[in-house]
Amino acid sequence: MRKLLVLGGGTAGTMIANKLHKRLSRDQWTITVVDRDDHHHYQPGYLFVPFGSYTPAEIVRSRHHFLADGVELVLGEIDRVQPDERVVRLEDGRSLAYDYLVIATGVTPRPDQTPGMLGAEWRRSIFDFYTLDGAEALGQALSGFDHGRLVVHIAEMPIKCPVAPLEFTFLVEAWLRERGIRDRVELTYVTPLDGAFTRPVASEHLGGMLTERKVDVVTDFLVESIDPERKVLVSYDEREVPFDLLVTVPLNMGADFVARSRLGDELNCVPVDKHTLLSTAYDNIFAIGDASNIPASKAGSVAHFAVEVFVDNFLEHAAGLPMTGSFDGHANCFVESGDGKALLIDFNYDTEPLPGKYPLPYVGPLTLLGETRANHLGKLAFRHVYWNVLLPGHPVPLPARMSLAGKEVPADAETDKEA
Amino acid sequence: MTTTTIDGHIVHVNEEGFLTDPSEWDEQLAKSLAGQIGLDLTEEHWKAIRFLRDDYAAQGETATLRRISTVGGIPTKQLFVLFPQKPAKKLAYVAGLPKPHGCV
Repeated sequence: MRKLLVLGGGTAGTMIANKLHKRLSRDQWTITVVDRDDHHHYQPGYLFVPFGSYTPAEIVRSRHHFLADGVELVLGEIDRVQPDERVVRLEDGRSLAYDYLVIATGVTPRPDQTPGMLGAEWRRSIFDFYTLDGAEALGQALSGFDHGRLVVHIAEMPIKCPVAPLEFTFLVEAWLRERGIRDRVELTYVTPLDGAFTRPVASEHLGGMLTERKVDVVTDFLVESIDPERKVLVSYDEREVPFDLLVTVPLNMGADFVARSRLGDELNCVPVDKHTLLSTAYDNIFAIGDASNIPASKAGSVAHFAVEVFVDNFLEHAAGLPMTGSFDGHANCFVESGDGKALLIDFNYDTEPLPGKYPLPYVGPLTLLGETRANHLGKLAFRHVYWNVLLPGHPVPLPARMSLAGKEVPADAETDKEA
Repeated sequence: MTTTTIDGHIVHVNEEGFLTDPSEWDEQLAKSLAGQIGLDLTEEHWKAIRFLRDDYAAQGETATLRRISTVGGIPTKQLFVLFPQKPAKKLAYVAGLPKPHGCV
């Protein structure tokens, strides 16, 4: 029997196990998924938790429930991968042999990496919303917040779902207006980037939306530390941003076992070929989803489109054939903008987000880079699609490869290969 | 993509003035590029530039500030002193490399 071992039972790991379970001969292959617990979180749902629109029960399910019968789920902490021996050691002493390994353990927020973040003000006036308990604690804090300086902050790129801090800003601004206290709150958006988003057309559009909402934007701000006593963010070039309530996105890093296994880069992400997702160091290790170092958004949609390409490639690779599929870095993200509306952006390695319609060119029903109610409903509906269609590995009628059809390409635009 | 003449060399640049062909770069050109953004290169600058060039040759991507500090051993604080305000962008510009991937 040949052994496929998948580390991580999140979006990418679950889809891979279920899709390959349908495609690989059950007489010849075993598929095992390893995770530390049996709680699968629908991470896009965290954004809504501080505003009370989702309860934890709506965004957490059993990992086991979503894995096909016949796929084994092993619960345990991963100690390290020993690629030369083709074995994964768990902290409790168990070891799991493999012929092929997929690393899909994602990235996690690391507040410990910024001095002062985990000090006395953590979860008092400093919050994150990239964890379920952080999002719940932030909800509590918001309910008691009625005036002062509210700062939304990104520590360093890349982060999961790079539009989420913008979405949070739009949602909190609308929420403050609804409560009639918008004029008592100074809203500031602090980013290490030189604009709201890096890709030029989307950055201008989203930056304009911040300006319209009277949100101050502080750019090129790379945080060195937080002074919890004075409640200020301090940058490497010694600028300061004071806050009464800080909503931060801490540095995102890959799993520590990746570093212990010497498989990671400086952020514990696994270097892979960006088109095949095969490790640059080992011919039988892939990394998919947020865990890899591909220059694409760390987002569920990227994991989904990458898995579509990976599955066919894997069958070829395991048969000793060249891989013919090439992942294009396709990402497709809803951006909540408050007041029951949202935008949609669709882009890849080479082409920035542009205005247009999706998924049908000129028809939609969704609108790219424009705020509509239909986009918002699409975002809400997606949670059901995620649990019931995507994770089980059923076909989703969206092409993995990005299309330019129906998009408004600016006359002077180049596809931004270096951006 | 266009060409421009810097210090007598004809080089290919993108719309922001970044070199698009790293092989057109040499140390003399780096001094001219640095001059265009008001920098006078010291040995400290060169250490960062050489790390970025070597790392790009090995990895095929421009190193981020985090990588320059953790792998290259030059503290981020110092990079902000050497290349004020926008160290990642300025360093890539002087080193004749593409801007590092920020948010994608």
